[in-house]
Amino acid sequence: MKVVVIGNGMVGQKFCEKLIGRNLPNLELTVFGEEPLAAYDRVHLSAYFAGKTVQDLSMKPMSWYADNQIALHLGDMVQEIDRKNKTVSSFEGRTVGYDVLVLATGSAAFVPPISGVDKHGVFVYRTIEDLNLIWRHAKTAKSAVVIGGGLLGLEAAKAMLDLGIADTHVVEFAPRLMPRQIDEGGSFVLTQKLNELGVAVHTGKNTAVILGNETMQGLMFTDGSILNADMLVISAGIQPRDELARHFGLASGPRGGIVVNEKMKTNDDHIYAIGECALFEGAVYGLVAPGYEMAETAVATICGEEKRFSKFDMSTKLKLIGIDVASFGDPFIEGTEAKSIVYHDNHNAVYKRLNISNDGKALLGGILVGDAEDYNKLQQICSNRLNIPAVPMDLIIKPGDRAGGSDNFELPDDALVCSCEGVKKITIAEAVAEGGCESFEAVKKCTGAGSGCGGCVPMVKDIVNATLKKQGKTVRNVLCEHFNYSRQELYDLARIRDLHSFDEVLDTLGNGDGCEVCRPAVSSILASLWNGLIIQNESATSQDTNDRFLANIQKGGTYSVVPRIPGGEITPDKLIVIGQVAKKFKLYTKITGGQRIDLFGAHLNDLPLIWEALIAAGFESGHAYGKALRTVKSCVGSTWCRFGLHDSVSFAIRVENRYKGLRAPHKIKSAVSGCIRECAEAQSKDFGIIATEKGWNLYVCGNGGSKPQHALLLAADIDSETCIRYIDRFLMFYIKTADPLTRTATWLNKMEGGIDYLRSVVVHDRLGIAAELEAQMQTLVDHYECEWKKAVETPELRKRFTHFINAPETRDPTIVFETLRGQKKAAEW
Amino acid sequence: MNTNNWIYACKATDMPHNGGVCVQYGTEQIALYYFTHRDEWYATQNRCPHRQQMALSRGMLGSQQGEPKVACPFHKKTFSLKNGECLNDDACAAIKIYPVKVHEGNIFINVETILTPHSSTQLVYEP
Ligand code: SRM
Ligand SMILES: Cc1cc2nc3c(=O)[nH]c(=O)nc-3n(C[C@H](O)[C@H](O)[C@H](O)COP(=O)(O)OP(=O)(O)OC[C@H]3O[C@@H](n4cnc5c(N)ncnc54)[C@H](O)[C@@H]3O)c2cc1C
Ligand code: SF4
Ligand code: FES
Repeated sequence: MKVVVIGNGMVGQKFCEKLIGRNLPNLELTVFGEEPLAAYDRVHLSAYFAGKTVQDLSMKPMSWYADNQIALHLGDMVQEIDRKNKTVSSFEGRTVGYDVLVLATGSAAFVPPISGVDKHGVFVYRTIEDLNLIWRHAKTAKSAVVIGGGLLGLEAAKAMLDLGIADTHVVEFAPRLMPRQIDEGGSFVLTQKLNELGVAVHTGKNTAVILGNETMQGLMFTDGSILNADMLVISAGIQPRDELARHFGLASGPRGGIVVNEKMKTNDDHIYAIGECALFEGAVYGLVAPGYEMAETAVATICGEEKRFSKFDMSTKLKLIGIDVASFGDPFIEGTEAKSIVYHDNHNAVYKRLNISNDGKALLGGILVGDAEDYNKLQQICSNRLNIPAVPMDLIIKPGDRAGGSDNFELPDDALVCSCEGVKKITIAEAVAEGGCESFEAVKKCTGAGSGCGGCVPMVKDIVNATLKKQGKTVRNVLCEHFNYSRQELYDLARIRDLHSFDEVLDTLGNGDGCEVCRPAVSSILASLWNGLIIQNESATSQDTNDRFLANIQKGGTYSVVPRIPGGEITPDKLIVIGQVAKKFKLYTKITGGQRIDLFGAHLNDLPLIWEALIAAGFESGHAYGKALRTVKSCVGSTWCRFGLHDSVSFAIRVENRYKGLRAPHKIKSAVSGCIRECAEAQSKDFGIIATEKGWNLYVCGNGGSKPQHALLLAADIDSETCIRYIDRFLMFYIKTADPLTRTATWLNKMEGGIDYLRSVVVHDRLGIAAELEAQMQTLVDHYECEWKKAVETPELRKRFTHFINAPETRDPTIVFETLRGQKKAAEW
Repeated sequence: MNTNNWIYACKATDMPHNGGVCVQYGTEQIALYYFTHRDEWYATQNRCPHRQQMALSRGMLGSQQGEPKVACPFHKKTFSLKNGECLNDDACAAIKIYPVKVHEGNIFINVETILTPHSSTQLVYEP
């Protein structure tokens, strides 16, 4: 069979791929492409400005066409179709016969008939060539304007910002942005968001003339107002490329598009049209997903299979960084057909609209601006007509926990999960259950799900995990591709096999070369096991930069210095030293939220000198950079306070000195309050201690941060020694069993049996490991050493704190500061 | 590769294992890495294209499906050491890479040849 495809765009290419996949005997496939490049990913065209190359965007390498015996003629436009003799002829003079002809000519940017569009500096945004032209011109432009406030126009505007044009404007004819996808309220919030990014929005503006002589200089609108700009990108919609079809007598629509039926056939039985050039039931689909479905339908029909194309879901999500906009189902339906629920938060710039059927049972469509996290879920509920909660508002404002993901609603088997590749839920579930795919990566490889725009990835992952769980397979919580073990397993194995360096652990228990996930996790395990010096030898480079240089890296590449101030108690002399050091090395100083002082903006080269001065004055490392004990805050307690029951400061200092330097899966914080008034906020800490009439109450697993959680009472009215013993056990148990980067609160939340189980282990020694835990903690305490003291005193280690290996005295010349209230601050990035 | 443009960087014994250092070359900064676990040497630009931070030499080395990579310490964007492409963010630009050679314990970097995934095409976006 001789098949000729006109157009090597995304859909034409997909057609070829699908047709080749059918392994037809005697297939002769010829493709004409007008562009000089083989099919590339137009959807991610804007990534070209962020550094993606033609190769990155290309859909298949040239070798693929050769390997599959496809005759590909690039840079050659088809100019004639001889329907009687069934041949096509091209600009380069090629004439090729066909049994089946497929038109995949896509569309062109629609350019409104405004006078001056031919001026220099006026562009469209459709092909890589367009982008090259824009990019060249943008080098000298200071301001840009985009005509068109739809999906593509906004993308083009963002591209102008990415090209460094700070003064960027969007002009829209309609009274609101994205008029086909969102309503007035949504547009209001979107405008707010765009303004924040630096894009000025002008709606309800009709462009009359493009000003300027040879080169454009601005726009004049029909209301007489003028907007000056150095360049213009027109992105006002698409115009189906139906000129060839029209000229050779194929039916087309009044506003463009080649008319096709549900089998993708034109009015000529041998000619198909697919993708953006096709007009189906009065609509042109300007998205890839329906285009791919058309390609599949055409291939099926050609191969004698039964398949029909039907009206396609036009739900869309804008893929701009920093702006969430999505619409699904029928976003505008209202009046007698539906009731709308609108959530409009001007303060946080969030707008959500849900259209609910009159009986309150079905979600018919909606709009999300400012927060489209729930887009996948809502779109699925809508397109599959799933039942919705009795209070539909719950769909957009979640009471309490947001972490639920998509497992709180059950998708039907034939729900379309990946619309780019047309993969259904059942296909994914089967790939897991029967196809032996046990990870997202494997499922992506064998079903294609998630390989297109990537929007469905979270949902695919959920389905993979849920299916594994259903089969009784535990979703193995392995560290990363280099280790097939969980953190807890690795901890035990490293201890039993007596492994002391990352490479030993990797070569004994893992594979490959490690990565930024397993290196710090294993380093933390080794530090918790042996309390060795983390920056010595091999270990240094397996630490996060903060641990490698024993300081927190900041914007601009300088570091911060936080000396330990146990319990927050400090003498005037020590305060003076901190002031002197800060002055000498020009550091910004601030009292932290942890009752100590942070000195910011230190050059890497200066760190050893700074610490030398601090150590000489009796300071030690505060481990602000480590997954380690941070601070033990105190309130003033019984020494001064009229309500104080015990000396909370002394106890806080004792606790801080005992656990300083302790490495853990995440940072650990503590506090001691002298009475129930709780001025030290002990109940928000990983472990917190509050004085009672009879002794101390010990609270555990509290957390500030983004998901605050109060600590729970572990033991009441205990004496100081018992309190320390329980903390030893508690911390050691946490260090041994928690996943990487899990705070104690999260660790407890995942623990079966919760606080009662934890209490049975720590207080009642249910597992019979209490003595062992205490002994392990004592070893760690005995091995404590101030790592900064060690670093300053060891020439080899000290040498590492240089920016240039070949110019050790030179500081990084790119670091710049700004001033603020008499101190310095990092420059904006 | 222009054979005349090798610059001396440092001694092999000065290098941390499985990690990087920064080499000054005029006004440029080049990150040099000794991937001891693979017994391989790499060099790239020191600037991370994500937020323009001079930081890649302080990044962690690793591999992804066998491809050697470096992770920026700031936001953990990872870059292939073979061709400079960003491996975990499609929107992030690629980094330049430079050839490295070891001669009698001395390390040299070829500074003129700039290998990027762009270099085989003319349609390059230069920031
Ligand atoms: C300096 C300080 C802010 C200040 O100026 O007050 C600070 C600064 C940072 N905090 Fe904090 N946190 C500081 C007190 C807090 C507190 C308050 C407290 O400790 O009482 C909290 C809430 C309490 C808590 O942790 O439960 C806090 C919750 C966080 C979190 C969220 C933790 C969580 O589990 O949700 C992070 C992120 C993380 O660690 O992953 C974080 C991370 C950070 C980092 C390390 C971010 C980073 O990776 O660069 C900041 C380092 C800045 C720098 O360059 O040095 N910081 N941070 C405070 C230092 C305290 C100290 O003396 O060590
Ligand atoms: C900036 C941008 C962002 C986009 N973002 C998204 C998105 O987020 N999601 C989404 O779903 N869609 C998006 N799209 C739309 C998507 O790219 C198109 O739907 C898709 O490319 C259509 O594929 P096609 O093959 O039908 O047409 P095209 O990709 O346009 O390919 C048609 C090809 O045929 C060639 N041709 C035309 N006539 C002839 C002839 N006579 N002879 C030879 N060759 C000919 C053309 O030169 C062209 O190369 C975006 C488009 C752009 C421009
Ligand atoms: S709250 Fe955020 S910005 Fe402020 S110090 Fe902590 S991490 Fe940095
Ligand atoms: S600056 Fe490198 S990842 Fe952000």
